[in-house]
Amino acid sequence: MKLLEVRNLKKSYKSKEVLNGISFDMDKTETVVVIGPSGTGKSTMLKCINRLVEPDDGQILLNGMDVMKARKIEKIRQRIGMVFQDFNLFNHLTVLDNVRIGPLKVKKLQKNVATELAMENLKKVGLTSEAKSYPSQLSGGQKQRVGIARALAMNPDLILFDEPTSALDPELIAEVLEVMRKLALDGMTMLIVTHEMGFVREIADRVIFMEKGEIVESGTPEKIFNAPEKERTHQFLAQFTKFGREK
Amino acid sequence: MTHFIEVFFQAFPLLMDGLKFTLELAIISIIFGLGIGMLIGIFRVYGGKFSYTLSTAYVELIRGTPLLVQLFILYFSLPQIGIHLSPFVASVISFSLNSGAYQAEYIRGAIQSVEKGQMKAAFSIGMTKWQSIRLVIMPQALRKVIPSWTNEFVYLIKYTSLAYLVGVPELTAQGEFAASRNFEFMNVFSGVALVYLFVILIVTWLFSNLEKKVKIPGV
Repeated sequence: MKLLEVRNLKKSYKSKEVLNGISFDMDKTETVVVIGPSGTGKSTMLKCINRLVEPDDGQILLNGMDVMKARKIEKIRQRIGMVFQDFNLFNHLTVLDNVRIGPLKVKKLQKNVATELAMENLKKVGLTSEAKSYPSQLSGGQKQRVGIARALAMNPDLILFDEPTSALDPELIAEVLEVMRKLALDGMTMLIVTHEMGFVREIADRVIFMEKGEIVESGTPEKIFNAPEKERTHQFLAQFTKFGREK
Repeated sequence: MTHFIEVFFQAFPLLMDGLKFTLELAIISIIFGLGIGMLIGIFRVYGGKFSYTLSTAYVELIRGTPLLVQLFILYFSLPQIGIHLSPFVASVISFSLNSGAYQAEYIRGAIQSVEKGQMKAAFSIGMTKWQSIRLVIMPQALRKVIPSWTNEFVYLIKYTSLAYLVGVPELTAQGEFAASRNFEFMNVFSGVALVYLFVILIVTWLFSNLEKKVKIPGV
């Protein structure tokens, strides 16, 4: 059984179609990266998977469970982590509490167990020393690493990354990518939307190129970057080489 | 000046008796008002159509009518349909309902000023809507509401003087009583004003300390 199956996902805002029938699936431990021009529905697609955005039509199965028909969507969301472009850490909570609140209040684990779990995950992102800090006292890179730890602490089946480095200063991007690289090696299943093409090449098991609410093509990074089948994919990727963003 | 001090100290025990009622009225009403305000504020932001309409109607009704009329309805009109409230209870109810409507508006504004992403993040780790509101939105909104809340408490302390008109022996009433005994209206009411001012300065100071104390570090 596939870990995630997405079938014919559709979403429009008013008359504007944002997702025009997206289908793909993911295996456990797979890292799939979605690339494509801005405004082509990549983020919307990601948010449809945990129904932060309500899809109009289509089917989403997580471990065979129907996400669209879930009576209690929050039960399913516990198993799908999400990392946001602008971090969205809980402003009023310390770093420790940001990571602990899920295990403690959602999973209702005992406080010492939740604390241990939170510290363990802060260690994975290298931020145990900041446990008592508040989000606004952190750099962007640190914030995002806390965001990742918060998602990890729920021990999810899958983590969705919505442009995790787009709001970061260039010098802070590497530390976040480094954490994500480690997660991929540890076998976490990840669905990532990003524009960091060098990183995509290195980390992705599979790349999906999306444009205008549709999947244009998908395949291994080698295929997509070196020998894309579609002209549009080629054109899109050419921009990155032109501006020297590709490593 | 010495005469003023003399008169003031003469009236002082009476004024303190009155102040006790004033503070009771204000404190009980601000707390009930906060309860009402949170409920209505949350309904107005997150409620369904029904609760939104109902709570909006409540806010508009209370804001659109004078507090004194609301108090008179509770104290003088309700007995005509068989509901008798004591002056104190009628005052507490009307002040709480009134303050609740205003606090609801402050809280609504504060809730709406919390970034949208906070709720999304709460949902993303599997919180229910109620958990998200309770654990993520309200702790931030209530911090933001403290300055307006201070204002509301200050207004409320002053508005409690209206309870005089239904016979609660609060500060203004006691001042009136003291003054009419010795016809020292100028001195006694100046003294009354000073007591209000003093209490309100303390309240303002307390709340600004509270604001500093619960401030989120680094924000």
